[in-house]
Amino acid sequence: MICMRNVVKQYQTRHGEVTVLDHVNLIIRHGEKIGILGRNGSGKSTMIRLISGGEQPTSGSIERSMSVSWPLAFSGAFQGTLTGLDNLRFICRIYGVNANSRIEYVQDFSELGKYLYEPVKTYSSGMRARLAFAISMAVDFDCFLIDEIIAVGDSRFHERCQRELFEKRKEKAMIIVSHDIQNIREQCERFCVVHEGKLFQFFNIDIAYNFYKDNC
Amino acid sequence: MLWTFMKSNHGSSIPIVAFAVTGYSSVLLWRNMPARTIGAVEPNLSLMYHRNVKIIDVFAARLLLEAAGATTSFFVLSILWISIGWMQPPQDILKVLFGWFMIAWFGASLALLLGSLSERSEVVDKIWHPTAYLLFPLSGAAFMVDFLPQSVQKYILVLPMVHGVEILREGYFGSLVHAHYDILYMATVCLVLTILAFAQERHISKKVIPE
Repeated sequence: MICMRNVVKQYQTRHGEVTVLDHVNLIIRHGEKIGILGRNGSGKSTMIRLISGGEQPTSGSIERSMSVSWPLAFSGAFQGTLTGLDNLRFICRIYGVNANSRIEYVQDFSELGKYLYEPVKTYSSGMRARLAFAISMAVDFDCFLIDEIIAVGDSRFHERCQRELFEKRKEKAMIIVSHDIQNIREQCERFCVVHEGKLFQFFNIDIAYNFYKDNC
Repeated sequence: MLWTFMKSNHGSSIPIVAFAVTGYSSVLLWRNMPARTIGAVEPNLSLMYHRNVKIIDVFAARLLLEAAGATTSFFVLSILWISIGWMQPPQDILKVLFGWFMIAWFGASLALLLGSLSERSEVVDKIWHPTAYLLFPLSGAAFMVDFLPQSVQKYILVLPMVHGVEILREGYFGSLVHAHYDILYMATVCLVLTILAFAQERHISKKVIPE
């Protein structure tokens, strides 16, 4: 279970303090799939980063009692000067997984071929997405944080992600940020809209989507 | 220039090769650690996406690498010169190691502090490099406190790394030199630096935004 209690996140900017999340409460249980909607810059990614523990809230608490992935996003999570393979070894080590047993899987899923031995900074965004996705599948978390990553890449990657994530790992918890409303509709059972720092929760996608369209 | 200065001025029985090796290695040790930590966070910001990776890990990794590098260079050079007879083995190896440890502590605490501060302001980076160059001739690498006029000695002993180099040289040369140092003073400065450094590190850890 992940439990966010009264989470506030503020950033210092040149025009003073900005409150991105204002007393947000959210509980994610084992196996729950939650879709998050919100405009660009509404705080969706910030919320995902707070849940992952990569960033600390200004106030409030976040408890994690299951293993949570890092946010699978377009960018980040890799050291650009290391090769894909070295990043795999690094990430496996920090999450306590034997890397050697996972190389074949990552090699196979990422379809990077010889580029797995090239520095990550030379990758295209699609290649990075494939590597990030493959490594996170190799670590086997209880909860996956997916920040738009499925949207990137070609239809083949898209299909393979769908199969790996929503068929093979359908018992896992997931938090999905996506602009692809269709995807969220199919996969999620709860829906959140982030609007002006507040989190609104819905159990019906149409109500959530109408709220999103009317207010955001 | 430095060599001629040393040769003409130290004018004593201290072997010049060992003097240079102990001096230059000491400078490398305390000077390179801050150079390594300043700006260390930024290129690793993308790793902060992983909650198991903290800023202190980046600093610790770089400090360990730097300390290991400087120590290897000091040891290899010493063993090489000793084996071909250019240097005598140290008189008191434990005291050499203790002096080395004190310089490393000073370097690491300074590095942690400057590395953390450099995340708050780029000025730290700009100021550190000229400061390091200015401190080099004052750091005890090219002289012993005993060579200086008595009136200057107490001012030069304000610099903590001078104490470390003096300890190291006393360990190396034994009774050949007359060392001036105050272990308590150096330890106090290092401790204060360490506390300040961890406070700053904690402060920036809370503010870090993964990229």
